[in-house]
Amino acid sequence: MDTIPKSSVNVNASGLTRDVYKGSPSTLCAGCGHNSITNHLIKALYEYGIEPHLLAKMSGIGCSSKTPAYFVERAHGYNGLHGRMPSAATGAKLANRELFLLGISGDGDTASIGLGQYCHLIRRNLDCTYIVEDNGCYGLTKGQFSATADLGSVLKRGQVNEFEMIDLCGLAIELGATFVARSFSGDGKQLVPLLQAAFSHRGAAILDVISPCVTFNDHEGSTKSYAYVKDHEVPLHGTDYFAPRAEIVVDYEPGTVREITLEDGAHIMLRKLHDDYDPTDRIQALRTLHDARTQGELVTGLLYVDTGASDLCERERMPRAPLAAFGEDDLRISRDDWSTLMASFG
Amino acid sequence: MLNDLTIRAATVNGSGSQSSNLVLTHALVRLGIPVAPKNIFPSNIEGLPTWFDVRLSPRGYQCRSRDVDVLVALNLVTWESDIASVKPGGVIVHDASYTVHGATARDDVTYYPVPFTELSKEHFPQGSPRKYLINMIYVGVLAQILAIDLAAVEGALRDQFKRKPAAVELNLSAVHLGYEYARDHLPKVDSYRVEPMPGGTDGLMLMDGNRGAALGCVMGGCTVAAWYPITPSTSLCETFIEYCDRFRVDPATKERRAAIIQAEDELAAIGMVIGAGWAGARAMTSTSGPGISLMAETAGFAYYAEIPGVVFDVQRAGPSTGLPTRTMQGDVSFAAQLSHGDTKHIVLLPATVEESYEFAMSAFDLADRFQTPVFVLSDLDLGMNLWLTTPLAYPEHPFDRGKVLSAEDLGRLSTWGRYRDVDGDGIPYRTIPGTPHPNAGYFTRGSGHDEESRYSESPEVYQRNLDRLLRKYETARGAVPQPLVEETGPDVAILAYGTTHHAVVEARDILRQDGLAVDYLRVRALPFTPEIAAFIARHQRVYVVEQNRDGQLFGLLRAELPANLVERLHSIRHYTGEPIDASAVTVPLLHAERTADQAVAAAVS
Ligand SMILES: Cc1ncc(C[n+]2csc(CCOP(=O)(O)OP(=O)(O)O)c2C)c(N)n1
Ligand code: SF4
Ligand SMILES: [Mg+2]
Repeated sequence: MDTIPKSSVNVNASGLTRDVYKGSPSTLCAGCGHNSITNHLIKALYEYGIEPHLLAKMSGIGCSSKTPAYFVERAHGYNGLHGRMPSAATGAKLANRELFLLGISGDGDTASIGLGQYCHLIRRNLDCTYIVEDNGCYGLTKGQFSATADLGSVLKRGQVNEFEMIDLCGLAIELGATFVARSFSGDGKQLVPLLQAAFSHRGAAILDVISPCVTFNDHEGSTKSYAYVKDHEVPLHGTDYFAPRAEIVVDYEPGTVREITLEDGAHIMLRKLHDDYDPTDRIQALRTLHDARTQGELVTGLLYVDTGASDLCERERMPRAPLAAFGEDDLRISRDDWSTLMASFG
Repeated sequence: MLNDLTIRAATVNGSGSQSSNLVLTHALVRLGIPVAPKNIFPSNIEGLPTWFDVRLSPRGYQCRSRDVDVLVALNLVTWESDIASVKPGGVIVHDASYTVHGATARDDVTYYPVPFTELSKEHFPQGSPRKYLINMIYVGVLAQILAIDLAAVEGALRDQFKRKPAAVELNLSAVHLGYEYARDHLPKVDSYRVEPMPGGTDGLMLMDGNRGAALGCVMGGCTVAAWYPITPSTSLCETFIEYCDRFRVDPATKERRAAIIQAEDELAAIGMVIGAGWAGARAMTSTSGPGISLMAETAGFAYYAEIPGVVFDVQRAGPSTGLPTRTMQGDVSFAAQLSHGDTKHIVLLPATVEESYEFAMSAFDLADRFQTPVFVLSDLDLGMNLWLTTPLAYPEHPFDRGKVLSAEDLGRLSTWGRYRDVDGDGIPYRTIPGTPHPNAGYFTRGSGHDEESRYSESPEVYQRNLDRLLRKYETARGAVPQPLVEETGPDVAILAYGTTHHAVVEARDILRQDGLAVDYLRVRALPFTPEIAAFIARHQRVYVVEQNRDGQLFGLLRAELPANLVERLHSIRHYTGEPIDASAVTVPLLHAERTADQAVAAAVS
């Protein structure tokens, strides 16, 4: 690992500088929400200390799905097909359990063409972080509505959306997701700890991040514009993340915070803002989403979490070691068993 | 006609005739008689007509025969047409309640009526599976009429019910019941007899192609399988599961060295396979026509991004849902180029159970070596029917994982590029995600990319990449299973592939007896190897025989060969959904030969 720049000053737990977590320059529009998410990801991944060689950046097709090229240059990237990231991520994890899967998708990629694979990834509780960079439209094909666009939302060219939106968070909770959060590309204070909590979670961690498309969906009448989100965002709680074994340095007033211990020993502290919100209560989560929708509010924060559920690899009784690493001697039937087997056919 | 006949059982789907047919088949093999069983079944769980043919063939022909010699008629719905299928001189064992007059009364066959329902009712208590036992009664009746040794039947039956010993005596008594009824009530009139052929099946066993392929997956090191059930491929993955549960589970930890996922559809199945292949595992999916239609987009992605994976396509009769339980070689041209753009795949074409097994293993090696999806095209006939086969050989070679750079390799290299053609064979080097070296990572994409796997829309880079992929495909010509050639020198030859082989074997014998010797080349893979063109060049007329309407392989050959060779090719096609038989080869071939002769004669005169 000697060619990775090391420094005694600004390095993370893996001994790597922040530069290691950068990628090639973004080719997205200036001001695109996706670029902000990339920056928050760089921070979150750096602070979390992920080793680049274990990181698998998976994506589909769309402006959002291009972003894995813009962070952690040295990691492996898989920019696959429109709507098919979940299946590729599943296969990669089955091949090598040690990989740290980070899926990046868009609202078109996930809520339309990839809705089936999204549902089944959740149903299988694939251990991964799944980010939907949600702009309510198809950026890359020049601004058509996506299925997460709100009813009544207006396109730049004037068309009004006549259809109910698909709430990817509500759907995920309904499907038994074990970690569901909603956030905003412009709110790094909330998004970075949520991302790190997602990394710490074992199982599918879904983050629907509202990420305005400045070119096609940032005008008046859009419900996914910067202005609209700023006016309508209602955070459920303040969010702090503490890595495993990190000391919890903040003095929280008793009764003002909910502490959740994640599978790797990290903690997420949810500071009470107004109503008490219990993210382990699935029904409350669904009700909150429903109420917010009828009131035209955008609730953000950790909507639901269920720690300790077994993930796909555990359910499949997979060995710890990567299946990809097994050789002939581990995988072939022995010569003796083979002779017995052949003899059993007559 | 000794031991050369086809027995057909016509029954109703779901009535439980399968065990009886298997007992009969295995009994014949125990007697040393080569058999070729064919199950002709409907796309239905219960109620529609189904047929089971066992062809007895002293010469060991494994293809279907069109002639039915002995019919067991136990389906009133098809009674009339079943009778018409029996050849003159044949035998009809039927339920005594079926009427024989008018169209069903033939004077050139022998009828043996048996009161199956009554016998079953009289002898088996209420609560016993009387309906199923009827099928064992006909095994006994056949044993008596055809002089099939009862001890062989009993041995086969005990084997068949190995896991259900309680059922042995009941079923055995049904066999005896039929045997004794026939002995006491049905005086032998016909001339069919089965005689033991000691040694005739020594060293052979019965297995279906899907099982062979599943074993090839186990021995070929497949660790990830993703599938969506579809006839006739389902048993391939199910058998793979069976063997993984048996041989890949650590007895202490209960961990299984295979991950097998029933995917939500074929889009996801191939997605998981390619995701797993990218991350270094040997992965496969098994499917049939409708499935590969759905897999097309990912197949092209994997071709262009150069990711290994194995797809078993057990072909069935299309287009669309077609005849889901009938056979066809209908996906050859589609699979060869599956996906948009200039996509070309390696396709393996097994014809036997041994090849189902061996090609499955080679498919994983070829996929790794060429970093590309490999298609193995069998068909329903090969995949689901039982075939006489030699025991499958234990593999003597280690896995060929192809050009993979380890952390140590990367340490030695100052730079590397994922899509550089270092060796001039078009095959680049890859790294496996998780390789502990800072230079191991690269970015895989289905969009335009250069040698360093960077995004590129440059016309030169794009064309260079496509040309390299073509170079890789050319390299594959030398690595895929080579054609098998039987050549003695005549002008006329047959070219075939897959299960069509078995009809060609018999057809060549028939033609030889007619005074026409024909050479034979069996294609076993795409891309075509140079030997194919050379073989065609050595013959005046080459008949390309296949089981589809459009002459798909014929079309692929025409697209590749020079015009002077193309004009030597003639296409013979069989597409009824039934496995091809010898006459489907001989009749059109002889007709064409006569026409050719006439043309020559006309030219001379
Ligand atoms: C099978 C297929 N159909 C259509 C497209 C064209 N296409 C590319 S991106 C895209 C929509 C992307 O929308 P989204 O996922 O929301 O990403 P965004 O660009 O908004 O970030 C479409 C329809 C494609 N690439 N593949
Ligand atoms: S089109 Fe929209 S989504 Fe795409 S890069 Fe530009 S701003 Fe972002
Ligand atoms: Mg979008």
